[in-house]
Amino acid sequence: MIDFGYTLTRDRQLDFDRGDFRYLKLVKSLEPSMDLCIGCGSCTATCSAGGFTDFNIRKLHTVIRRGDPESIKAELKKCMFCGKCQLVCPRGVNLRNLILAMNRAIEILG
Amino acid sequence: MIKFNLFVLPFSLGLIYIVTSIIMHYYRWIKALPAVDKVKLSAGIRTPSKVLASLKEIFLEGLIHRRLWKRNPLLGYMHMSFAFGWFLLIVIGNLESRVYHGAYINAPYYPIFLKFFIHDRLVLFFEIFTVPAFFRFIMDFLLLFVLSGLALAWIKRKQSKWFGMKQTTRHNFFDRVALTCLWLIFPMRLLAESYTAGYFHGGGGFLTKNLGNLLVMITPGPAELIAYFFWWTYSLVLGLFFIMMPYSRYMHIPSELLLILFRHCGIQPKKWGSSFSDLEVRSCSRCGVCIDACQLNFAAGISTIQAVYLIRSQREQFIPDHIAQTCMLCGRCQEACPVGIKIDSLRLIKRREIGSGQVADFSYLTNTHPDYADVVYFAGCMSHLTPSIPNAMEGILKEAGINYLFLDRDGSICCGRPLMLAGKDKQANELIEFNKTLISQTRAKLLVTSCPICYKVFREEYNLPIRIQHHSQYLLELVKEGKIALQSQHKRVVYHDPCDLGRGGNIYEAPRELLGKISDLEASGKDRADALCCGGSLALMSTSMLTKDKVTLDALQSLLAVDPDILVTACPLCKKTFSKLSKTEVRDIAELVHDAIPGRKIRIAATVKDPEAVIS
Repeated sequence: MIDFGYTLTRDRQLDFDRGDFRYLKLVKSLEPSMDLCIGCGSCTATCSAGGFTDFNIRKLHTVIRRGDPESIKAELKKCMFCGKCQLVCPRGVNLRNLILAMNRAIEILG
Repeated sequence: MIKFNLFVLPFSLGLIYIVTSIIMHYYRWIKALPAVDKVKLSAGIRTPSKVLASLKEIFLEGLIHRRLWKRNPLLGYMHMSFAFGWFLLIVIGNLESRVYHGAYINAPYYPIFLKFFIHDRLVLFFEIFTVPAFFRFIMDFLLLFVLSGLALAWIKRKQSKWFGMKQTTRHNFFDRVALTCLWLIFPMRLLAESYTAGYFHGGGGFLTKNLGNLLVMITPGPAELIAYFFWWTYSLVLGLFFIMMPYSRYMHIPSELLLILFRHCGIQPKKWGSSFSDLEVRSCSRCGVCIDACQLNFAAGISTIQAVYLIRSQREQFIPDHIAQTCMLCGRCQEACPVGIKIDSLRLIKRREIGSGQVADFSYLTNTHPDYADVVYFAGCMSHLTPSIPNAMEGILKEAGINYLFLDRDGSICCGRPLMLAGKDKQANELIEFNKTLISQTRAKLLVTSCPICYKVFREEYNLPIRIQHHSQYLLELVKEGKIALQSQHKRVVYHDPCDLGRGGNIYEAPRELLGKISDLEASGKDRADALCCGGSLALMSTSMLTKDKVTLDALQSLLAVDPDILVTACPLCKKTFSKLSKTEVRDIAELVHDAIPGRKIRIAATVKDPEAVIS
């Protein structure tokens, strides 16, 4: 293909009517501090696992919010649970428990 | 001589019930032990030294309640008067019954109700010195001893603050019935014996005789019938207490005896629970000492998750998740527990049940063969958030001329303990195996870590064939070997014992000795095993940051009471947690050591604030 200096990306439109928001609801009930997130990405910047691979907590968070939880299932397994994310979070989101809650949601909802 | 009356039946039935029940429980606990523990037990009971040590501990803890005395003398006395007093009443009562009855074997109820069957009169002064009179005196004295404990117990229920206990355990139905019976036993005995002594004008000691005379004088009605009524009540409450015992907290009495023997035989709690843990659960007396020790209780107002409630819900076969997960695993309750129950391991058993289902995938970790070194330094994840600690360590290691390798310089692979604290042991083992390979590839003889969390897991789970030290130990060793020379900065400092280093790793003196060389160390009032948790514990799962802050602020208040120049700790997580809320500078011991090396530019605490404190 001719290199025009740019590429086409996948359609990123979201259809909220089709989203699967059961995960969001469950995760939020298990860890309400999820709502405090401002999406600054400090957690992802400090992440131990993120230093070795493309594990991205902020992305997981966003994806669950958008009602598209399929992609997180494989990703979650990469977390080492060290807790650095939680200590750098400027909003006091309980990130370790958020990861636990996501795991739990996958366990319950499949 | 008459040796039977119908009223002995409730007691006798109760006694048969409880003895059978205890034998069955013992049998079940021993039978359910894992094979390896059974071997230990059978070897243990054939080793006289272990049996003797167990008996000694049973005497000191089961009867005298030594640990409780140390913790709280009033509580110690109360429990001793019950346990030891009752024990002596049984033993001496049995001896006393021999005086009147030469038979080698008596019915078990006979010594208990002796005063009903025997009431010889005491007339002449010189008869005070007879053998029966001696026994009467001792028995009355012991009864008074037990009753004094009972009075304390009653006051404690109403005014627990007088005992230095802020809270006592909330009891369930069976506990309350058993407790009521227990409280009634000795007053009933007193009344029965007194009325009998009063009615027959003799047969009692200094207490029952005089009280009996008084009672018979002031109460109208037939004293003999009243006495008979109390003998019945006495027997009934005794019988009911025995029957309630297996269903109430009082089962802790026979359970603890076996637990002490198990421990002396070297039996340890298993990761996934075993009969030993079941026995521990039954050995909890629900005294509630753990409630007062718990920071989540006194600093954050969470009063439903303490060890005593964990254990109780375990006994009721269902531990709610929030009880298992809401705990800092700081070990303070374990340290305070008069029975010595390994509470943290009980809680972790439940966490493993919750956390075991989830899988991990660490295939992204690739082994880049590390360089060889004499000493391998592992900073740990938390130290990467407090870069001043690894920086100081590197400065010191270079100064000392050590051939070292900073294993996790480029971002760390977690040691595995945070996963274990969440009950994910299988996942943790993957990280452990990976790190073990890395460490052994360095061919180092010594592993030094800056993080007590890593230190604990390296020691307990890694089975490394090399020495493992926390940096506070290692730095002290460097000083003693003369590899680094230090000059005291004469700052007034208070040292905070990190949970995993102190209670978890039993390292209390090395950091203090080191600090003694470079600063003016002051006591904080909550030192060593009594140290508080910083509140940042990774074991606390679902608790909000605001609640954690309450714990941190409370700990800071206690630590900074003497207004030190610097608050020193030996854990990056403690430093990070305290720095966020402390007005006083918080530093790691390694940083202080680094500054104390002569010739280095000395930071002045008063003018330079900790950069990390400013950031967060």
